[in-house]
Amino acid sequence: MNRQKTFYAIAAPVTALVVALFVTSLALLAGGHNPLVAFQKMVHYAGSIDSLVVILNKSIPLFIAGLAVAVGFKMNLFNIGVEGQYRLAALVAAAAGARVHLPAPLHIAFIMLVAVTVGALWAGVAGVLNVTRNVNEVVSTIMLNGIALGIIGVLLGWKPVATLQGAFRSTRPLDKTAWMPTFNRLFGLNKSVTASYGFIVIAIIIGVIVHILFTRTRFGFDLKASGMNPGAARASGVNPKAMVMRTMLISGGLAGLIGMSIVLNQEHRFTQEFPQLLGFGGISVALVGRQKVGGMALAAMLFALISRVSQVLPEPPLFAPKEVGTIMQGTMILSAVIAYEVVRRRAEAAAVKHAAEITAAASVAVAA
Amino acid sequence: MTATVVSAPTAPARSWWVQQSKTRRLLLMAVGAFVVVSVVRALSGEHALTSQFTVAQTLTATLPIMMCGLGGLMSERSGVVNIGLEGMMILGTWGAGFFGYHYGPWAALFGGALLGAIGGLLHALATVTFGVNHTVSGVALNLLAFGWARFLSGGLFKGRGSSGSETNSPGFNSNMGALRLPGLKDGGSIAKLEGHHWPVISDLAGVVRGLFGDLKVYELIAILLVPAIWYLVWRTRFGLRMRASGEKPSAPDSLGVNVYRTRFIAVGLSGAMAGIGGALLVLNNNGGYLEGQTNNKGYLGLAALIFGNWKPGGVVAGSALFGFFDQLQLTSAGSIRALYLLAAIAGAAGAVLAFRRTRKPLGAAALALLSIVMFVLFQTKFKMPDALVKTLPYFVTLVVLAVFSRRLRPPAAAGMPWRKGQTT
Repeated sequence: MNRQKTFYAIAAPVTALVVALFVTSLALLAGGHNPLVAFQKMVHYAGSIDSLVVILNKSIPLFIAGLAVAVGFKMNLFNIGVEGQYRLAALVAAAAGARVHLPAPLHIAFIMLVAVTVGALWAGVAGVLNVTRNVNEVVSTIMLNGIALGIIGVLLGWKPVATLQGAFRSTRPLDKTAWMPTFNRLFGLNKSVTASYGFIVIAIIIGVIVHILFTRTRFGFDLKASGMNPGAARASGVNPKAMVMRTMLISGGLAGLIGMSIVLNQEHRFTQEFPQLLGFGGISVALVGRQKVGGMALAAMLFALISRVSQVLPEPPLFAPKEVGTIMQGTMILSAVIAYEVVRRRAEAAAVKHAAEITAAASVAVAA
Repeated sequence: MTATVVSAPTAPARSWWVQQSKTRRLLLMAVGAFVVVSVVRALSGEHALTSQFTVAQTLTATLPIMMCGLGGLMSERSGVVNIGLEGMMILGTWGAGFFGYHYGPWAALFGGALLGAIGGLLHALATVTFGVNHTVSGVALNLLAFGWARFLSGGLFKGRGSSGSETNSPGFNSNMGALRLPGLKDGGSIAKLEGHHWPVISDLAGVVRGLFGDLKVYELIAILLVPAIWYLVWRTRFGLRMRASGEKPSAPDSLGVNVYRTRFIAVGLSGAMAGIGGALLVLNNNGGYLEGQTNNKGYLGLAALIFGNWKPGGVVAGSALFGFFDQLQLTSAGSIRALYLLAAIAGAAGAVLAFRRTRKPLGAAALALLSIVMFVLFQTKFKMPDALVKTLPYFVTLVVLAVFSRRLRPPAAAGMPWRKGQTT
């Protein structure tokens, strides 16, 4: 039985990956490119130390975004607003961080605290609307994304927050005390342009905390129960409204941390050109990673890997569009979602059959 | 029962209101709202609020949202929640850009519908056949559509024509002709009527001119689809089966109706509608597909569906509301100033109602405060930053949903997992 379980756990993601590779191959073939050459080039490109560092760096915000989304997904609460939450949080945190002058660890802690607070508050709006006015959180969080973009636009145009620096508006740069250390020495990257972000340590700590929250706490149990059987959860004393509120706040708080590796390790400020779509990337990560912390870490690295290696496609001798990466990701999301559901049904059917066999055997034994 | 008997003598005015049929009440409310808007326009002197230009822009902004809303109606009435409308719309814009470039504007409409329908069928495959959570599948579809549109543009648009790239289609002549009712031209008698700025009459002239002064053929098609959808869903055998599948799938299933097939058709049509919505965007953009063109209109359509209580008329009303706020960024700031006054009046009326009906002094005070703030904004001619004007449709959606969400009745089985043979 246990071996069967492992088989099912591995079968689904592998199927999704195979389907994604197959569809990508078809797309490459349709464009007149040899998929085998393409994959070989991509694998080769991924192997360099620079690529490795970039992939790890890029997977940090995706991983945290996945965690933020997953908290809600566990109880069928869909926080699509992670996108707006992290951007607003990063802007306010970077602006506030530039205003204060504190010793090194405190400064970083302050910025992160601001980011968590802003993210949680912004998500909390959707929570309040859901609990008090019965507004569907999918629609409300998407509307809040649009509103967040507008607020960011206004704030970036406001003197106390942002000024014109070079070609675009940005918050003032942070003091060096708010710069996260890097692992460059470890990778021998002293002279390289690529830095290895120290924020990955914090990401791992957050991952462990969320894992404990999911698997070892009352909240995690209530979360899962509310998702699997809301009626039973309510009957056993879980207050659904309080759960929605708490989940939204935690999800938003985590969302606030998404932009931190970029603020603290990369840009040291918030610019007009701040990376976008990480929130939607988080949805993909949560779906492919099955809302399990380890699975999401792998999924985040996989997505970072795909977006890194697809950069090599336009180079000679291939001249294939690098957008191949985006369809690979998109296809994988839908096929993963379907594969998980199919496997879940199979496993369920197998469990039922197994139980039936045991009871049948037992009744035979009793009769004998 | 007792409540009506007791309250009848104390509130005779309301009892007359209650006796009216629902349609008549809605009609009266619409007329009342129009008169209020007209008076606000006249009082504020901001005549842009109901001008021909504003109305025409509102129509243009409304129709794509409305198509998504109607698409959502098809899907959700059959029992499948459709968050994937945005993705289907993205596919529709791409299909319209591709087919339009190669075969002209009529093919653009067809191509939009075709690609949208493919998106819908994918959603149906995931949710109906494989039983994936409807929201999860919809969200996944939105991400998938974005990736595919960009990839396909990179392969099929890039380097073609003058503007083809991985985010733009080359563009085509999107002129399909237009319906122009006589007498609505600039300088005509109706236009003069609009120019007098009389209450109600001039507004009416502006609305008529905006709607029928230059109605594009593809816009007319979209408008005609509203009664067509109503007929399909409420007057045909397929429509009955579809609605039954959305309310209690085990019932049609027990009578031998193939619920899976019904849902596949409904969700496929839903995708086609959203795809046509995308095609409208492309046709309005002089035949150019643009990445990010849909700009959350699929979600606004979904909100219009919820606002409209899963009924075609409601979807149209909701889309018009969101469409009006969506076009404010294009029309003059004057409309926004008039809206301050409208919001001030609505806030004051709401405060009085909240206090008299529910005796909630806190809510009434909040509304009164809002009313005062809005009046100050109106008097000081506060200029709203452009970035905030762009958020108005989202903000209005939130407010509208917060006010109306509690009175709604979605299809009972929408979003519920159901497998053939299941009896509950």
